[in-house]
Amino acid sequence: MTFWNDPINFIANWLTGLLTGWGVPDLWATIIEYALGITALIVFAMVLDILLVWVERKVVARFQDRLGPNRIGPFGLIQPFADIIKLVIKEDITPANADKVVYNIAPVLAATSVISLWAILPLSSRIFGVDMNVALLYLVAAGALGTLAIIMAGWSSNNKYALIGAFRMVANMVSYEIPMVIILLIPTILADTMSVQGITQAQSGIWFAILSPLGFIIFFISAIAELGRSPFDLIEAESELTAGFNVEYSGMKFGWFFASELLHAFTFGGFMAVLFFGGYGGFFGLEKVAGFGWLTNPFVESAVFLAKAMFGYWAIMWVKYSMPRVRIDHMLAFNWKFLVPLSLALLVTTAILHKLLIVLPTWQYAVGMFASNVVIITGTIEILRAHGRKQRKAEEKLSPQPVKN
Amino acid sequence: MTAEQILFLLTGALILGSALMVVATRKLLHAALWLVAALFGVAILYAILQASFLAVVQVVVYIGAIAILFIFAVMLTRREMRDQGQQTRTNWWIAALLGLLILAGLVFLILAVPGADRLPAALPEGLDTVRALGNALVSPEAYVLPFEVASVLLLAALVGAVYIASVGKKD
Repeated sequence: MTFWNDPINFIANWLTGLLTGWGVPDLWATIIEYALGITALIVFAMVLDILLVWVERKVVARFQDRLGPNRIGPFGLIQPFADIIKLVIKEDITPANADKVVYNIAPVLAATSVISLWAILPLSSRIFGVDMNVALLYLVAAGALGTLAIIMAGWSSNNKYALIGAFRMVANMVSYEIPMVIILLIPTILADTMSVQGITQAQSGIWFAILSPLGFIIFFISAIAELGRSPFDLIEAESELTAGFNVEYSGMKFGWFFASELLHAFTFGGFMAVLFFGGYGGFFGLEKVAGFGWLTNPFVESAVFLAKAMFGYWAIMWVKYSMPRVRIDHMLAFNWKFLVPLSLALLVTTAILHKLLIVLPTWQYAVGMFASNVVIITGTIEILRAHGRKQRKAEEKLSPQPVKN
Repeated sequence: MTAEQILFLLTGALILGSALMVVATRKLLHAALWLVAALFGVAILYAILQASFLAVVQVVVYIGAIAILFIFAVMLTRREMRDQGQQTRTNWWIAALLGLLILAGLVFLILAVPGADRLPAALPEGLDTVRALGNALVSPEAYVLPFEVASVLLLAALVGAVYIASVGKKD
């Protein structure tokens, strides 16, 4: 075992040797190592977050035909540090009659819910926090804490706009959690496990995005809703709620919400990569070919994972800066009348077909799974078209006929 | 004292303290938030016992769904969410006595269970608890009947909710 093959365990072994050499008991050595590991992971995530501020500002500028930050440092790379200094030296305001303790806990909880997701994010086959057998449920649980943080922020601010934002958040989260949980079952069925390492390894031959493209699309939509990003950004809705749940926060407390939102989006990009695009692996069996063994190096795997996660993050931004905000009744109707039935139908089809087709050779299995998704998509579009036609006919019957002269 | 025992005692203190605050605080919303803390403590207990599935489901169901709906309902009900009245009844000592008796009975019963004073044994290496639980839920020798009955009950509740919600439209 060398540093280049297995960096984390290499450092851990070295530390164990060092600490026991100093006469530290084994239990304390383990506790110190875990504490250092957790700190390193959080620092990595937060440093990445600083970079994401720059990425977000630069990308939104490009989508809006602007240049974005370009004054401080090359390509404006030092801009995020200027942003941070600005946030830190801003006056810290607590609104009158605010519920102080809850008001101050909320930003911390928001950041906690995101950072706790990094515990299960597999950067490589040998660089990861923990490999739980309930990782996908853990993802949902961490999302619940994020919801709680937004409710606490909205309620404790003693501000009507903030409270309306929090109400919308609950409606949003409680609804879009359902298609997300149903869709999380699809990688579970395909990989036969809920552990993210297992799901990644199950995709070394073929990505789940190919076996279940519709599943990926639904996951993408519900992830955007879970993030509260446009077109589901009703919780912030600058034009009607000024800034929604975080309107009263200033300085670094606002900074925590902002940072956790960016990191959350990137983390979901990472989960999209893990669940549907092979995570750190997924080279379609290329790593087994002679001469390509370096693909399984943990540093290469981490780079591949971060690139895929960044692409997912970019796709989320692409949607965010291209779509107008939806109305709340449309948002709820879209979820309950469209996404939930569709994802249930997809789940049942996937479960049955997977069991039936798994005995076939891989390419036939893949074609069968892909075809079933295409059939479901086509059927859905046809039903929607027929429904639209019927509604249009009814409207035409009601509205007065144009007068001919 | 092992690390596990220290963790257990700390978690127990967290749960009991939060549970006490649920009934002692005067603000309704604070009570709901303390309830979240108590439920989270129970999730930690499951995690200490290596019941990872139960721990995560505890957070998803009790905090993610039930507690959040509690808070939602509390926020919708009253503007002034403070209770100004007296917090105890005149017969509080009878309730306290009954509570102590029940506690004594529970302690007596638990001590009578063989092995209650031992630490839990570590799970065998490679045991997939989630798979075992899933198999138990659909196996005829185990819990398929209660599982199906609960499913039918939930389905009935779902249908009932849809019916109640849709009656208003016809009028």
